[in-house]
Amino acid sequence: MDFDALLLSRLQFAFTIAFHIIFPSFTIGLASYLAVLEGLWLKTGDDAYYALYRFWLKIFAVSFGLGVVSGVVMSYQFGTNWSRFSELAGNIVGPLLGYEVLTAFFLEASFLGIMLFGLNRVGPGLHFLSTCIVAGGTLISAFWILAANSWMQAPAGYEIRDGIFYPTDWLAIVFSPTFPYRLVHMVLAAYITTAFAVVGVGAWQLLKGRRDRPVRLMAAMGLGLLAILTPLQLVAGHEHGVSVYREQPSKLAAIEGHWESYEGRAPLILFGWPSQTEERNLHEVAIPEIGSLVVTGSLDGAIRGLKSWPAEDRPPVAITFWAFRIMVGIGLVMIAVSLLGAWYAYSGRLEKQAWFQRILVLMLPSGFVAVLSGWVTAEVGRQPWTVFGQLRTADSVSPVPGASVAVSLLVFMIVYAIVFTAGVLFMGRLAAKGPETGAAPPKRPDREDVPAYLAPNSAATATGEGD
Amino acid sequence: METLDLPVIWAVILALAVLMYVVLDGFDLGLGILFPLAPDDADRSRMMNSVAPVWDGNETWLVLGGGGLFAAFPTAYAAFFPAVYMPIGFMLTALIFRGVAFEFRFKAHSPAGRRLWDTAFFLGSLVAAIAQGLILGTFVEGVAVTGTAFSGGMFDWLTPFSVLTGLSVVAGYTLLGSTWLIVKTDKALQFQAQKWARRSLGVVIVAMVAVSAWTPFLQPRIAERWGLGWPSLDFSRLLPLAPVPVLAALAAYALHKALRNGNTHSPFILSVALFALGYLGLAISIFPYIVPYELTVWDAAAAPSSQAVLLIGVLVMLPLILTYTAYVYWIFRGKVGDGGYHE
Repeated sequence: MDFDALLLSRLQFAFTIAFHIIFPSFTIGLASYLAVLEGLWLKTGDDAYYALYRFWLKIFAVSFGLGVVSGVVMSYQFGTNWSRFSELAGNIVGPLLGYEVLTAFFLEASFLGIMLFGLNRVGPGLHFLSTCIVAGGTLISAFWILAANSWMQAPAGYEIRDGIFYPTDWLAIVFSPTFPYRLVHMVLAAYITTAFAVVGVGAWQLLKGRRDRPVRLMAAMGLGLLAILTPLQLVAGHEHGVSVYREQPSKLAAIEGHWESYEGRAPLILFGWPSQTEERNLHEVAIPEIGSLVVTGSLDGAIRGLKSWPAEDRPPVAITFWAFRIMVGIGLVMIAVSLLGAWYAYSGRLEKQAWFQRILVLMLPSGFVAVLSGWVTAEVGRQPWTVFGQLRTADSVSPVPGASVAVSLLVFMIVYAIVFTAGVLFMGRLAAKGPETGAAPPKRPDREDVPAYLAPNSAATATGEGD
Repeated sequence: METLDLPVIWAVILALAVLMYVVLDGFDLGLGILFPLAPDDADRSRMMNSVAPVWDGNETWLVLGGGGLFAAFPTAYAAFFPAVYMPIGFMLTALIFRGVAFEFRFKAHSPAGRRLWDTAFFLGSLVAAIAQGLILGTFVEGVAVTGTAFSGGMFDWLTPFSVLTGLSVVAGYTLLGSTWLIVKTDKALQFQAQKWARRSLGVVIVAMVAVSAWTPFLQPRIAERWGLGWPSLDFSRLLPLAPVPVLAALAAYALHKALRNGNTHSPFILSVALFALGYLGLAISIFPYIVPYELTVWDAAAAPSSQAVLLIGVLVMLPLILTYTAYVYWIFRGKVGDGGYHE
C-alpha cells in the first residue's frame, strides 16, 4: 500500500493542532478569570471568590497540562513533517516562535508551579502576582503564535531569494496586515469559550439544586461578561473578514461560496453545497444584492469569484464554506443566549429558569466547536498555500516516507484519544463536584498559621478535597 | 555584525539550552524511570512531588532547543529532524504520558487507575530517555544529507551505537534522578536513592567509557580532533583537551566517594558536573557540525538578521528566565514532605 506523505502530514498537523488548540483557548480565558477571582478575593475578602478560585484552579491544572504536552508536539512537527517549509520560511517563522518560547513559555511554566503549589509557600501578594504572570504569559503566547500564523496568511516585510524567505522589516513581519484582527478575534474567542464553560458548569450546579453564592456568582459573572464580549466578537469577526477580503480574496470567495466574480451587488449565499468539480453550489439558497454590502460595506463592492483563479490555486471550498457557517451560526446563538442570560441573571430570575439552565449546559462546549470551526476556516481557506500566495503546501512537506507518517498519525490518534478522554473525564468529575463552600480560606495577611488547606499531592486535589 | 560570528554564538546558546534540558528534565525523567522501584505508594507520591512544581519549566528547555534550532539553523532543523522522525515521535508521545501523569495520578479514584498512570509515568520517562539517547546517537554518528535535505532511510537511527547511547542516557538520567532524590528526600526513600545512585554510577561509568572509546572510530575527524592516532598520539591536540576526560574521571571518583560517605547535596552537583563534562566531550568532537558530518553551523545558519533579532531576545530574556527559574527552585527548596508542599 502506498501512503501519501503530504496528505498524511496534513492530516497529522490538522489533528494535532486541533487537539492542541482546545486547551490554550480554555487556559487563556481561565488564567485571566483566575487572576480576576484571586484579585477580587484579596480586595474584598469575600470567601466565595476564594472558593471559585480553588475550584477552577484544579480544572486549570489539568487543562494546562494537556496544553503543554500537546504543544511540545507542535514545536517538533515543523521539523519532522514540514522540513521544506522550515528551511524556506525558517528565517521568519523561527524567530517568532523563538520569541514565544523566551517571553511566554518559560514564564507560564515557571510561575505555574507557584500558582499550583505555592499557596502556602509565598505570600498572598506574590501568589496573586504569579497568577497574573501566568495569565499574562498565555496572552503573550497568543501574541507570538498569531503573529507567526498571520504572517503565513498575509506575508509582509520579506523578500525571496532562491526560494528562501529573508526578513527585510521585522515590524512589518510581526504586525502583518491581518495580525491585529486575528489577535483580537482569537483572544475574544478564548474568553468567550472559557466564559461559556464557566457558565455551563454554573448552570449545571444550579440544575443540581445548588443555590450557594459561589455557584450563583460564577453563572452571573460569566453571563455578564458574555453579554459584552459576544456582540463585540461579531464586530471583531466582521472586521477580520474584511481584512481577509483585502488580503486573501481566494479564501474570502470560498467562505462566501462565490464562483463567479461580481463588480457589485453580489448575492449573499446563505447555504448550499459548493462542488469543487462542477464549480458551482448545489442547492444554493441566497439573498440577492446584499452580498457586497455585507462583505465590503458597500452595495457596489466588487467580489472576485473562485473561477478567476486556476483550479490548483483554489482552497477546498465546501470545508471552508461550511466551517465558516458553523462558526457564525454558533456565534449568533451565543449572542442571543448571552443577552437573555445576562438579563435573567441581572433580574435575579436565572435560578428559576430550569429550561434556560439546560440550554446553558448545552452551550458549555459551544466555544470549543466555534474555535475549531474558525481555525478550519482560516487554515483550510489558506490552502493550497502554507505561506499564502508564495509557498505551496505541497512544496513544504518533509522528505519522509508516507509509511512513517501513517504510523505516527495512527499513534498520535490513539495516544490523544486516551489522554483526551482521561483529561475530559477528570475535568468533568471536578466540575461535577462544584465549588466547595465553607472550606476555611487561608487567613490572608499572616501566612504562618494558615491551616493546611492544600490537600496532599497534586495541584488538582490541592485545594481541599483530600483534607 | 561583521565582527560577531553569529552562527557560533547561536551554536553555543543552543548547546547550553540542550544541556539545561538534559540536566533539568534528566532528573525528572530519571526519577520516573526509578518509579516502579520505590518502596511504596507514599514514596512514589513524594518522588513525583519533588519535581511537580518545576517539571513544566524543565521541559520548556526542550522547546527552546527545538524552537531555537528552527530559528537559528532552519536548514539543520529541516535536515536532521526527518532523519530521527521515529525516535522524535516516540519521545513526544512518551512525554505526553509522562506529563499528564503528574495530574492524572492524583485524580484517579481507584487504585487500578492510579497504577495505570504510575505505569504511564514510568514508561513515559523510560521511553523518552531511550528516544533521546537514540537521537543523540544518530546525531553523533551523522546523517545522510543530499544538498540540504535528509536523504537516508526510515530506520537509519537504529544502530548498535545509537542503542548504546540510548541505554547510556537512561543510566545517566537515573543517576541524576537518584542524586536529586537524595537531596529532596529523607529516611527510607533517601536510603533507597543512595543505593540507586551507586548502581547507576557504575553503569554510567561503563557507558561513558564505551561511548568515548567508540566515537573516535565513527569518524576519522573525531580521532583527529582529539589527536588520537595509531601508532602515535598528537599531543599538541590531545593535551589542551585532556582536562575534559580527566575532570570527568575525577568527578566520577569524587561522586563515588560522596555516595559512600552519605553526603546529601554533593552527589547531585557532581552528577551534573559529570553529565556536563560528557556533553562537552561530545560537543568538542562534533563542532563545527550542526548536522554531522554534512552541514556546519555556518552552512545551516539562518539569515544574519534572523539570528540577530532573536539573539537580542535571548540576551534580554535568558538572564531573566534563569533568575526566576532559580527563584522557583528556591521557593520549593528543602525536603519534600509526605503531603505535597507543606511540612
